[in-house]
Amino acid sequence: MSFGKSISNPTAADQALKAEKRKAARERYFRSLRYGLHVITHPFDGFWDLIHEKRGTMAAAHTFLLLFLITRVLKLMLTSFQFINVPIQYINVFEQMGSLAFPFIILCLANWAMTTLFDGKGRFRDIYMAMCYALVPYILIQLPLILMSNILTYEEGSFYQVLMTFSIIWCVFLVFTGLMEVHDYGPGKTIIFLFVTVIGALVIIFLLLTFFSLLSDAASYFISMYREIVFRLN
Amino acid sequence: MNITKRAGALLCCLIMVFILAAAQAEDGFSTSYTYTYDYWEDVQESPDAYRVATVIDSMTLGLEKLENVRINKAQSLYVRDQFIYVCDTNNHRILEIERKGNAFSLRRVIKEMTGSRVNTFSTPYDVFVDPDYNIYVADYGNQRVAMMDKNLKWIRDYTKPADATFDQSLNFLPKKIVVDVAGRVYALCQNVNKGLVKYEADGTFSGFIGANTVSISMGEYIWKRYFQTKEQRAQTESFVPTEYENIYIDPEGFIYATNIVFSEYDLKYDNAKPIRRLNSLGSDILIKNDRFPPIGDLFWVEQGAEASGPSKFVDITVMQNDIYVALDRTRGRLFGYDSQGVLLWAFGTKGNVEGAFTGAVSLEHMGYDLLVLDQLENSITVFQTTEYGQTIYDATETYLDGKYEESADLWRNVMKMNANYPLAFRGIGRAVLRQDRYEEAMDYFKLAHDRENYGRAFKLYRKEWVEGNIWWILLLVAVLLIVPLCVGRVKKMKGEVTAHELRKIHK
Repeated sequence: MSFGKSISNPTAADQALKAEKRKAARERYFRSLRYGLHVITHPFDGFWDLIHEKRGTMAAAHTFLLLFLITRVLKLMLTSFQFINVPIQYINVFEQMGSLAFPFIILCLANWAMTTLFDGKGRFRDIYMAMCYALVPYILIQLPLILMSNILTYEEGSFYQVLMTFSIIWCVFLVFTGLMEVHDYGPGKTIIFLFVTVIGALVIIFLLLTFFSLLSDAASYFISMYREIVFRLN
Repeated sequence: MNITKRAGALLCCLIMVFILAAAQAEDGFSTSYTYTYDYWEDVQESPDAYRVATVIDSMTLGLEKLENVRINKAQSLYVRDQFIYVCDTNNHRILEIERKGNAFSLRRVIKEMTGSRVNTFSTPYDVFVDPDYNIYVADYGNQRVAMMDKNLKWIRDYTKPADATFDQSLNFLPKKIVVDVAGRVYALCQNVNKGLVKYEADGTFSGFIGANTVSISMGEYIWKRYFQTKEQRAQTESFVPTEYENIYIDPEGFIYATNIVFSEYDLKYDNAKPIRRLNSLGSDILIKNDRFPPIGDLFWVEQGAEASGPSKFVDITVMQNDIYVALDRTRGRLFGYDSQGVLLWAFGTKGNVEGAFTGAVSLEHMGYDLLVLDQLENSITVFQTTEYGQTIYDATETYLDGKYEESADLWRNVMKMNANYPLAFRGIGRAVLRQDRYEEAMDYFKLAHDRENYGRAFKLYRKEWVEGNIWWILLLVAVLLIVPLCVGRVKKMKGEVTAHELRKIHK
C-alpha cells in the first residue's frame, strides 16, 4: 500500500510540474507571438529585446515563417484576377513554398557565415529569429488584402497596390533594423553586409550545385561500371 | 481462321478510318494549321479562318501560250476593285488580272507606256493603282516612280529629289510606293534611312516622313563607345536607323509600315515595333491593347533550325474593318489582328503544298479574301474565309456599327466553333452587361481575362448587392459595435460588484 502510495505521489507531483511547465511554455509562446506586434512597431528596441532579453521564441519564429509561406500561397490562389497574373494551372503549392523558404534559409546562413567573421554578435538562431519576426507585416497586411482584392474593382486597384508596396517596404525596413540590432552594427556596415550576404548566398548555391552534380557523376560512374561488369560477365 | 482474323482486322481498320475521317470533318481541325495565343501565351489550336480557294500561276493565266514568258521573281501585288496587278519584276512588266467570281483571267500585260522619255520599265519593284486607275510603278532600274493613266499614257515621273536633304551621292532606288487620296506619293527607297520620300501630287519633293528611330541599349552603347578599338567599331554596324521593309496605306489614309531589322530582345518589350501605323507627322499610332504587342509568333527557335528567329513581316494589308494582316517571311505565316491589336488568327507554313509558301513576299486583300504572292513559286495563292473566319469579321463589324445584340449573337456562334477564343467571351460579356446581367457578364469577362470590363461589371454587381443586403450589413455593423460595448459594460459592473463585496469583507 505504502509502496504504491510512495510511487504514486511523486508521479502526481511530476505530472503537475510538467503541466505547469507546459502551461508556462504555452504562455511564453503566445507572449512571444504577441511580441511580434511590438517588434514591428518598435523595431529598434524590439529586435534588441527579442534577442538579448529573450523575448522571442524559436517556436514563434517558425510559426511566422510558416504563416508567411501560407500567406504567399493563399495570395496566389485567392487574389482576384484583376490584380495579379497567376497561371493557376501551372502553380505547384510546394514548389512555391520551397522557392521562398529555401532562399530564406540560404540567405540567413550566408548572413551568419559572413557576419560571424566580421564581429557580428548574432548567432544563427538569432538571425533566423529576427528575420522571421521581420516577416510579420507581410502576413498582417497581405492576408486581409486577399479578401480586399475580391471586393475592389480594377479601377480601385491603386489601393491594393499602395498597401502591397507598403507591406514590402515595411518588411525590408525591418530586415535592415533587425540585422543592425542582432549584430550590433551601424547602418553603413549593415548595408555593406546585405550585399555581402547576397554574394555569400550565391557562393553557397554554387557549392551546392557543384556538390550535387559531382555526386550524380560519381553515382553514374559506379552504375555504368556495374553495368559494364554485368555485361562482360554475361 | 487466319482469313477471318485478317478480315476482322481490316474491318476494324476501316471503321477506325471512317470514325477518324468523320471526326475530323466535323470539328474543322482536319487541315488545321490555324492557331491563336491565349492569355498565358500558349498556342491554342483554332478552326481554320481561311482556306485556299485557288492558286494562280503562269500556267493558269495562259502566259506560256502567250509569249512563253513565265512570271519571274514577282515582287509585289496590288488590288484595286476586281483587278489584281502583279509586278513581274525580272520580266520588267506589270500583269493585270481580272477576277470574275472565282475565275482569274489575264486582262493585259503592261510592258511599256506611251509619251515618256523612257517608255519601258526596268526591274519594277512595286505597283500602285489609284481609284481613277492611274498606275504608279516603282521603276527601280530607271530610278523613278512612273505614273500613267489607265490607257498607259505617261503623266509624270517622280525622280530623285534635287534637295540638300537627300544625299545626292545616292542613287534613287524606289522599292515600295503608296499614294494617298490627295495624290501624294510616298516612296520607300533603298539606302535612304530618313524615312519615306514624300512627293506632292504635282511631283515636287516635300520632305521625309516617319524615319525609323535608332534603337540602342545602354550596354551596347557603353561597349561600343569605351571598349572597342576604332577598327572594331568600323567593322560593326553603326548607329543608323534602318529602312522599313514594306508600306501600305489604309482606307483612312494612315501608312502602315513593317520593319524587319531589330534585335530579338527588343521584340517582347515592344521596343522593336515591327508593325507601325504612321500619322502625318510620322509617329507610330498603332493601338496595342492586348497582353502582347503584335509581333507575330511569340516563341521561336533561336538558331540552327530551318525556320529560326522571330517573325519578319514583309508585307501588310489593312481591310475596311480595320483588321490588318501581316505576312511573315520566316515561317510563311499570316497573322490577323483587329484594330485593338488582338491576334485573331495565325496560319500558314513553309512548303510546296497548297496553302504553304516558299518565298512569300507580298500580300493583298480583295474584300475578305487574301492573296499571297510567292516569289520563288511565282504563284498567287487566294485564300477565302471559312464560316468561322467570316463570323469573326461579321461580329467585329456589327460591334463597330453599334449593333451590340447582333454582335453578341455572332460571337456566340464563334464560341460554339472555338471555345478557346477570348474575343468571343468578351463580345458576349459586353452585350450581357448592357442587359444589366452583371454576374453573367463577370463570368464571361473572367474567361476573357478582361480586367477593365470585369471591374466595370463587378462595380455594378457590388452596388446591387450592397443595396439588396443593406439591412443585413447595418445589422452586422450594429452587432459588431454594440456587442463589445455591452460586454464591456457587464464586465465593469461585475468588477464594481466584486469590489463592493471585497470592501464589505474587509470591513
